[in-house]
Amino acid sequence: MSFSSVLIQFLNGLASASSLFLVAAGLSLIFGVTRVVNFAHGSLYMLGMYFAVWLSERVGFWTAVPLAAAVVGFLGLLIELGLLRRIYKAPELLQLLATFALLLIIKDAALWAWGAEDLLGPRAPGLAAAVEISGGAFPQYDLLLIVLGPLVLVFLHLLLTQTRWGLLVRAATEDREMAGALGVNQRWLFSSVFALGALLAGLGGALQIPREPANLNVDLTVISDAFVIVVVGGLGSIPGAFLAALLIAQVKAFCIGLGFSKATLVVEFIVMAAVLVIRPRGLLGREATIPRGPGAEEPPLRPLSPLLLRALAALLAALVLLPLASDGYVLVLLTDVLIFALFAASLHFILGPARLHSFGHAAYFGLGAYAAGILYLQAKLPMELALALAPLAAGLGALVFGWFCVRLSGVYCAMLTLAFAQIAWSAAFQWDGLTGGSNGLVGVWPAAWLASKTMYFYLSLLACALAIALLWRAVHSPFGYALRAGRDSPLRAEALGIDVRATQWAAFSIAGLAAGIAGALYAFSKGSISPEAMGIPRSVDGLVMVMLGGIHTLTGSVWGAALFTWLQDAAARNVDYWRAAIGVSILVIVILLPRGLATLVQKRA
Amino acid sequence: MLELQRLNAGYGRAHVLFDLDLQLRPGEVVALLGRNGAGKTTALKTAIGLLPSISGDILFNGKRITRLESFEIARLGLGYVAEDRRIFTDLSVMENLAVGRLPARSGAPRWTAEKLFELFPNLGRMRERRGGSMSGGEQQMLAIARSLMGNPSAILLDEPFEGLAPIIVTGVAATIRELKREGLSVLLCEQNLRYARLVAERACIIEKGRLCYTGTMAALDADPALRARYLSV
Repeated sequence: MSFSSVLIQFLNGLASASSLFLVAAGLSLIFGVTRVVNFAHGSLYMLGMYFAVWLSERVGFWTAVPLAAAVVGFLGLLIELGLLRRIYKAPELLQLLATFALLLIIKDAALWAWGAEDLLGPRAPGLAAAVEISGGAFPQYDLLLIVLGPLVLVFLHLLLTQTRWGLLVRAATEDREMAGALGVNQRWLFSSVFALGALLAGLGGALQIPREPANLNVDLTVISDAFVIVVVGGLGSIPGAFLAALLIAQVKAFCIGLGFSKATLVVEFIVMAAVLVIRPRGLLGREATIPRGPGAEEPPLRPLSPLLLRALAALLAALVLLPLASDGYVLVLLTDVLIFALFAASLHFILGPARLHSFGHAAYFGLGAYAAGILYLQAKLPMELALALAPLAAGLGALVFGWFCVRLSGVYCAMLTLAFAQIAWSAAFQWDGLTGGSNGLVGVWPAAWLASKTMYFYLSLLACALAIALLWRAVHSPFGYALRAGRDSPLRAEALGIDVRATQWAAFSIAGLAAGIAGALYAFSKGSISPEAMGIPRSVDGLVMVMLGGIHTLTGSVWGAALFTWLQDAAARNVDYWRAAIGVSILVIVILLPRGLATLVQKRA
Repeated sequence: MLELQRLNAGYGRAHVLFDLDLQLRPGEVVALLGRNGAGKTTALKTAIGLLPSISGDILFNGKRITRLESFEIARLGLGYVAEDRRIFTDLSVMENLAVGRLPARSGAPRWTAEKLFELFPNLGRMRERRGGSMSGGEQQMLAIARSLMGNPSAILLDEPFEGLAPIIVTGVAATIRELKREGLSVLLCEQNLRYARLVAERACIIEKGRLCYTGTMAALDADPALRARYLSV
């Protein structure tokens, strides 16, 4: 590689870093003050792109860019006033879910407004040419981006250190309760910070349109990149975000420049891993401040009552007898329900008793499914053996990713799990040779004796019921006590001799293994696997199932999964904007029924 | 001035205060006494709006503030200094003071940073010092000064002497007496009767969230049985 191409790649990296920095800085600012991680921040970036393309056809590129940013900023203000304001006091997981619901709604809104096709943006008038830099051609416009990143950094620095608004933001970031007790009106502060963060994301997106067409996938790509940057740079640190954006963008640029574009994900992962091992709080991050005020209180989990046990046994008996009475389709649907009940129960296992917020649990479902398919199709193993071994691959994946995730808690954990799931998804999407790329794997069929709907239903019933029973048993074993002790009071648990981190790591791996069982069963029940099996939306489906049933109950996730799977089956075929419908339902649940459906039953009882 | 009426409050499911009645009259320094866990901090936090009350009322200057948010209460002229001071550690002394700044109001002493530096000469010598690199005593001074920047007519002090060296305690006590002379009403929590005696003219004792004594400091001093019942450890 010549010096000139190294230089060009370096400049490419700098140019990409600017947009990423704008998104990550907004995310960091908003989190600092409101303590809400905005999962819809990538969506605001996406909206910035679409608005900018749409507006530049009308008012010209240079007016469109700031205008698009302003529109997104204003939209951010509306979102804060209409939604976030209501959930500042809600549990963290619900806040994360609510902003995720926004992501779904915005995605479908953009689909409705601009269609599924990519929208090509204009070139920047006056900067459309390339300049020659030591023998290589480099776009003029990218030079502007290179300058813009540091300019925004300086602007934000001045805003935060030289204005009264910035002073109050810094005070509220450190201790918003005390700032309130001194007379600082946080409502106004929160709204303005959110609007500024949204504006930065919108600007980042708008500036990107000469380099990349506006498309509907960019929201998740950008948010997972921003999460990686924020985790690497240190949440809440704007200079940290800048450094991390440079680092990640350079890594990506060089991987692509050297012709290893497929290695990008792995290298990004290794960089993040290295930073987290050396500096768990990120490059410039500080020790997280302990949240003030009364902590989230978890009601104790009761063992299943004899009545409930009898009901469950009756349900099981009914399921065993069902194939005698019903036709094929019900069995297929119920097989799905069983598989997703296991998936949801495995997610609940880490979400509830361990309070590890996972936004990427589908990664392990998908790893199980892909491993089953690959073992069966490529390694030519018999179906039974492939089904038995595949969950181990998922467990192994959870073991590796989990090592990082349990080192971070709360929102950090949520961001990291999402980033890992996105990495796993991209790997499945890009690795044509092994995973079939975007087409996925086809011809993953069960062995002949299991091929009938009835036999496959029995297989799923046996495997899922057994796995769910073991998970529930584990919650009420000494291991489960240790897990919950570590959740409720990590310091006290450590003082009692519980290795909290190791316990959580084990739980994470077990949950991954169980999700892998569900994934492998799923692969053979459908006969094919596509990257959607491990996409972020699948992870969110799992979260919604757990939430529907109520996170504070043991059996809730199973009912939630049944209801959700049935609803999806009924609605997905009839409703065009299914994702937005899920998003709206999540918001309704979060605002009206924060403890899940199961609480309705409990209240009556 | 400040009045708690049959106040019930607590954290989540933990009910801490039971029908607490408490009065702070204009220009008075009242010590809220009681053992560890009696509910002193809860009473102050509820008054300033950091904790929601379950039932009962809080009046400030005749206005009902029970359901107001803490920033609204602060803007009405009630200052608050937290138990662990809660200085903004990343902000300089000047910046900490600036966060607390509120418009002056009639009927309350007016403060500026410069005037506060006369009261706390130490702070004046470390204007650009980061809050995080100050000693406990300096932080306590800064916390009081910061809440005075809001020009309050009454101030809540949560264990202002805790963890301070004896010589610093004397200084803080002198400051509190000075504030009283300026016309400020002060309600302070204290576990230590000796320290309360330095500043307060009236005492209220709470135990297990209930008010069990109120009277002058002198009367309390004259009654060893009372002290033994509620205050000795």
